[in-house]
Amino acid sequence: MALEAEPVRRDADRLRAKYHRRYLMGRFTLYLLAIIAAFCCAAPFLWGAITALKLNGDLYNPNNNPFLFNQPATMDHVLFLFQETPFLTFIWNTLWMGFLVVVITLVLGLPAAYALARLERPWSGPMAIGIFFVYLVPPSLLFLSMSRIVVWLNLQDSTWALVVVYPTFTIPVSVWLLFGFLRSIPKDIEQQAMVDGYSRLQAFVRVVIPIMFPGIVAVIVFAFTLAASEFLYALAFVSPTVEKPVSTGVPTVLIRGDVFFWQSLQAATFVVAVAIAFVFNLFLDRFVHGFTMGAVKG
Amino acid sequence: MAGTLEDDASQDAPPVSVRSSKRITLGDREGALAWLFLLPSVVYIVGLVAIPFFLAIGFAFSDVSAGDPSYDFAGLRNYRRAFADPVFWTSLRNTFVITVITMILVVVLGTILSNILVADFRGKWVVRFLVLLPWTTPVSLSSVTWLWLLDSIYSPIDWVMREVGLLGPDTLFGPTGNMYWLGKPGLATASVIMVQTWRLVPLAAVIIMAGLAAIPDDLDEAARVDGAGFWRRMFEITTPLIMPVVAVATLFAAIFTFTDMAVVYVLTRGGPTNSTQVLASWAYYKGIEGGDIAQGAAIALFLFPILLAAAVAILRSVRKVEVL
Repeated sequence: MALEAEPVRRDADRLRAKYHRRYLMGRFTLYLLAIIAAFCCAAPFLWGAITALKLNGDLYNPNNNPFLFNQPATMDHVLFLFQETPFLTFIWNTLWMGFLVVVITLVLGLPAAYALARLERPWSGPMAIGIFFVYLVPPSLLFLSMSRIVVWLNLQDSTWALVVVYPTFTIPVSVWLLFGFLRSIPKDIEQQAMVDGYSRLQAFVRVVIPIMFPGIVAVIVFAFTLAASEFLYALAFVSPTVEKPVSTGVPTVLIRGDVFFWQSLQAATFVVAVAIAFVFNLFLDRFVHGFTMGAVKG
Repeated sequence: MAGTLEDDASQDAPPVSVRSSKRITLGDREGALAWLFLLPSVVYIVGLVAIPFFLAIGFAFSDVSAGDPSYDFAGLRNYRRAFADPVFWTSLRNTFVITVITMILVVVLGTILSNILVADFRGKWVVRFLVLLPWTTPVSLSSVTWLWLLDSIYSPIDWVMREVGLLGPDTLFGPTGNMYWLGKPGLATASVIMVQTWRLVPLAAVIIMAGLAAIPDDLDEAARVDGAGFWRRMFEITTPLIMPVVAVATLFAAIFTFTDMAVVYVLTRGGPTNSTQVLASWAYYKGIEGGDIAQGAAIALFLFPILLAAAVAILRSVRKVEVL
């Protein structure tokens, strides 16, 4: 007995050691890859943050190590950005414009998504596909004729032009996401409410919308990100500096012909990038969830 | 149940309806409600997407310009002029080269990245935050950051290459102390591809994560119990299951690259000598900066048939996801 048990135990030990090694290797590779990925994605911003605090004499010397402070750090260029340029005006423009775009998107998109997901009509399917296709029509195809419509609406050179135009791409993508969230809510919940005496409309407003709230928040973040990032419409429709959003305002003010205010540019990018990515990351899981539901059962 | 109430009523005599005693209000008439709910979105989209779209087609066959906005039919004149311009052909070729290479890189890197992001490890929140940065930052601003990274004199990439002995006199990359990333046609195109890939990989990873999250856990466990190793599970279970979602991510990446003009506009302005010009940026230069709206519209219209094909492909792959 003892003679047989000994090799078995040794085999088991060897196997255990082997699997443990494998496990450690796997963990090590995972951490290594995660760090490399994070570094590749974030390096330009991290390095931009260092650049933003450099003195001109430090920055404009090709022999200086660009990753270290060869001269003392300075806040001058960051202060310049906030005090001497309309950066805060750009942020304010982006915020209120984004807010209105999100409001329009939800007011129009929520009922549309509900109609497509729940009020089953024969045309629901084709209509859902049609609305999603609109998201694929790019600004670069529409901006020339859109600029004429903006002129007809008398909105040229005003941030309001963007408030009107941006929902054309935020509504389709939001309907797609909301459609996904709605599918994940059991129909019984509304039906119970209707048995209890609510009309369809009341059930939607008082029961479905509160349950969907986390999904709605994810859509708000996503639509705002899209509106804040857009470049072409903002460039083509809004030329007065004080009306510009961040995406076109910062490059216009801090790049004057061949003169680049590099440190201030980097500071502006860093502030905007970190703020948006932070908020987006909070809702990433919900966004992923909504995307799957829309895709899997669309 | 609610959706089939009318059918129930027609089939079962006598009609048993919970609401038979109540007055039917607008809030209960589903057909009317469906239209009421959808109509605002449809009107908005028809007004601001469909009308500009047909207007763009109209412009492409006209002589409308910023100086003379009156509409005169001009037939195929804009197309003849576009075809006669060598820059148009360069733009068309660049658009395809940049899109195809970016697309391939985004899919490969995005799949790897998504597999990392769904795993459990310490500091996941921070890693995800850093990984999201390229995509959530307004593209014009992140392109400006890259413009500085690729600067002709102060590029830190050049500095590192000089330090490790790849750049400078008697080294692999030539006698000059700088690469001039955006100054040489081939390198400038490569730079545009690099920036496009960098900004779209996170988006692709997020979309593919959605596919990975949808795979039932027991499937993976069953394979593990049967003794399948990591690579076997990866290639024989995970990969086939996420293929449809990967296809969606691919096409999103392709469309975003294909139609983007911001990266080219900020990094190279289409230069050197139009060697990085793409259709979208060329349409912008002609249509807005040059004021020749009709010519710009004709160029931009070239994007459409290809996008339509891409959209049909997306739809097909989304249909396949349904089987999952």
